[in-house]
Amino acid sequence: MTIESPGAIVAVATAWLVVAALALLPAGNAFAARRLAFPLGALVGLALSALGLQAIWLPAAQLTLPLGLPDLPFHLRVDPLAGFFLMLLGSVSAGISVYAAGYFREEAAGRLALIGLQYHVFLASMAFVILADDAYLFMVAWETMALSSYFLVTTDHKLPAVRSAGFLYLLIAHLGALAILLCFGVMHGGHGDYTFDALRSAELDRRWATVAFLLAFFGFGAKAGMIPLHAWLPEAHPAAPSPVSALMSGIMLKTAIYGMVRVIYDLIGGVRWEWGMLVLAVGAGTTLFGVLYALMQHDLKRLLAYHSIENIGIILLGLGMSMVFIGFGHAAAGVLGLIAALYHTLNHAVFKGLLFLGAGSILHATGLRNLNDMGGLVRVMPKTALYFLIGALAISALPPLNGFVSEWLTFQAALQAPILQNGVVRSLLPLFAATLALAGALTAMCFVKVYGIAFLGQPREVKHAAHAPAAGRDQDAGAMEHFGMAWLAAGCFVLGVFPSSFLLVLNRVCASLIGQSLSAEALTGSNWLWLVPTSSAQASYSPAIFLVVIVAVTLLTFLLVRRFYHGRVRISDPWDCGFPEQTSRMQDTADAFGQPIRHVFGPIYLMQRQIPAADDPAPRFSLKIEDRHWYWVYLPIARLAEYVSSKIALLQQGRISIYLLYSFLTLIALLVFVR
Amino acid sequence: MIQIPGIAFQILQSMFVVLAAPLLVGWVNQCRAWLQNRSAPSILLPYYTLAKLFHKDAVIARNASPLFRLTPYVLFGCMWLAAGIVPVLATDLPFAPAADIIALVGVFALARVFSALAAMDIGTSFGGLGARREMLIGFLAEPAMLMTLFTAAFISGSTQLTTIVETLAHREFAIYPSLAFAAVAFLMVLLAENARIPIDNPTTHLELTMVHEAMILEYSARHLALIEWAVAIKLFAYISIGIALFLPWGIAGAGDWAALPLAVAALAAKLALAGAGLALIETVLAKLRLFLAPEFLSTAFLLAVLGMLTHFLVGG
Repeated sequence: MTIESPGAIVAVATAWLVVAALALLPAGNAFAARRLAFPLGALVGLALSALGLQAIWLPAAQLTLPLGLPDLPFHLRVDPLAGFFLMLLGSVSAGISVYAAGYFREEAAGRLALIGLQYHVFLASMAFVILADDAYLFMVAWETMALSSYFLVTTDHKLPAVRSAGFLYLLIAHLGALAILLCFGVMHGGHGDYTFDALRSAELDRRWATVAFLLAFFGFGAKAGMIPLHAWLPEAHPAAPSPVSALMSGIMLKTAIYGMVRVIYDLIGGVRWEWGMLVLAVGAGTTLFGVLYALMQHDLKRLLAYHSIENIGIILLGLGMSMVFIGFGHAAAGVLGLIAALYHTLNHAVFKGLLFLGAGSILHATGLRNLNDMGGLVRVMPKTALYFLIGALAISALPPLNGFVSEWLTFQAALQAPILQNGVVRSLLPLFAATLALAGALTAMCFVKVYGIAFLGQPREVKHAAHAPAAGRDQDAGAMEHFGMAWLAAGCFVLGVFPSSFLLVLNRVCASLIGQSLSAEALTGSNWLWLVPTSSAQASYSPAIFLVVIVAVTLLTFLLVRRFYHGRVRISDPWDCGFPEQTSRMQDTADAFGQPIRHVFGPIYLMQRQIPAADDPAPRFSLKIEDRHWYWVYLPIARLAEYVSSKIALLQQGRISIYLLYSFLTLIALLVFVR
Repeated sequence: MIQIPGIAFQILQSMFVVLAAPLLVGWVNQCRAWLQNRSAPSILLPYYTLAKLFHKDAVIARNASPLFRLTPYVLFGCMWLAAGIVPVLATDLPFAPAADIIALVGVFALARVFSALAAMDIGTSFGGLGARREMLIGFLAEPAMLMTLFTAAFISGSTQLTTIVETLAHREFAIYPSLAFAAVAFLMVLLAENARIPIDNPTTHLELTMVHEAMILEYSARHLALIEWAVAIKLFAYISIGIALFLPWGIAGAGDWAALPLAVAALAAKLALAGAGLALIETVLAKLRLFLAPEFLSTAFLLAVLGMLTHFLVGG
């Protein structure tokens, strides 16, 4: 069945608004609101995802809605790039919505109705950001997205920390929106037509194109959470309820990537390699910053938020490589970089969504967010532990899951460096690959820490002993939550084991976006089994064979050992070198696990440590790690803003005669200067 | 792409690596004993130890999760897989295109993550300590390894290990400065990744120094046997990668069955030399303090990156 008209997609996206209104209807009946609105939202997501997938294979189609201001209707357009992001939005949000239907079971009816409203408005606004084909609708949808997510972040608005996190989020979101607005202004060059078609055909000279690129890069970067505009992200994501964190981290950050790709590749066009180098440098910094700060966190959701920063950096590395290659005229390698970036965009949405949902289940079951208090959760919530393990292995870029595929593609793009003409750029590109390798290994360390401390070992705090297996209660999440997590975990597998079909999908996206595609050899070499990015002599990877072999070999080992020997097991106390008096407090905490990193990368962190003296009767150890950006970027700007506004405040005298004087002076000035 | 003799050879080669790996460990131990003026144990001792361990009853801590029992099999499977990718005797490996050098590093990372997780499973102080140290070593060794392999990949224009080895084996005998850097870096990574002196000591159980041994303290019997065996395969695979990259002469090309006996002889000679060299390193060097390990490994990382830059600067 093919539905040619983009009207179907618009109708489906609008259905989210209907669901939002529906969430308000059964006021006073929390159960109905939860069990009606969220599964309906998930169905809408699935439909949108199917239509988006279909749109990738159709030519671009436009639609004008008679809404908006007079003479300024909304233009919408569905093309393969939009189709890809709609697929991402629909499929990932479907899992999160099902999860949310179970997760919000303890919310009061009034609050739940509001959450349902904001949640679905948020989803619909993201769909319209992707569908927009003029700057006006784009900005309206973009601002709706920022506002609805702001209200979701401040769901627990009675806590001061949540309020200030929300404020910071709103502030930086608007700085970004301002830059994007200016970018559209620069691109349109003064002829009054803000449709993307007009922006696309506008000829910018080099300087103005670079100005537009910088505005777009930092404007969208503020939403994506790249340094130095990331400060809102580790505050806002933990403040929101977990399904909302999953939406924001998994999908909302990706609309910023969408905007970047749309504006830089499509609207500005004529990508230059110098831009690519800037993107690469910022991307490398963001990657390392994100993972190094993630290693220092003990609040699980904050840690995941820092990993979102890291993954945005990885996506930027792919984008930057693609821009460098395209700038030098090597389109096939450029397409490879863009595919790697887009693939990682999708992968990050899936596994980060999964991890945030897992964190939500832990929070629900134990009330804990601090890793230092957790331990041994695998025994009380085994299913969540399994899903979280899949997410953790995927984000650590381990084969054969999905995170590995996109990092592999990024490495392959970097390995195309020898074809570049510029010697400096040629030798810099592998260094960015080295950054990626370092970040990947650090991520693995961080998730060994998270998983080992939260799920394995023994419960750390005695006051949470109720959560120990002795209590014998099944504390694992409910069926809806499990379904949501299983959906995303299956996504990690499918994207990891059958990457070639997605490679072809993304190749189609790139072909329609920049009129180039992968080399012919790559396209003939890639089938469902083999992933071949350039040519089969250069590189190939077959995760399906990989998975089959590793499972077969592991099983064979198991059967051989059982066949030739025996399966006898004696259950006993832990050995621990024969030390009899160990307690659960002797295990590593999250902070202890990060200690080697603090030691090795000490200068990067702003640390305040209090180490008690040896003879202190009541020893307290405290450690506080802060982000240097606060002192280097944010506080100086805040002080400057305060200073300037205090000077401007002098104008405000509060007497009507003074204000009349201002009007009079302005009039005189206008009469003198403007004739 | 897939042919029957190739698959047969593929299976034979990986079986050969799995079965011969403990012999290499026995040889290294024997050499070290000679160098240290001790009377050497039998070269077959690792096999006897494995057989002994397989026959014992496994003792498992009360609060072990399924992950703990699964990990030895996963480790063994990962190393077996790695043994299938690395061209040890011939470059004719039909399975090799399924996983290139990046995936090979990924397999080792997968094994590392699983062993670190299993170490933290019981919740003892030693397990966490070992896992933390292992990941510290891993996060530096892994990128260094990747950069070393990338240097070879740039020279041969491919990330397939078999293609790299074929390219390197058929070049004229000349010293590539980039490969020289890469070889030193690779040696340092090999020592670190295989828990050898100067990073770790495979024969110690001192709490201040142990890394790998601390992680596997809770394992016994067949589980321990599988882990020890996997460690032996890992050492064999690493030395084989080193040989394949830096001393590939003598390896049999694709479809060249007649060259196989020569390849076996060449491999035996090279492994014997490499094992003796490893024993020599372990005898003359002392173990580094734990916090010198990052310096050691970042040196390896920098050398590997330097090698790569050298390749771009001088084209060799």
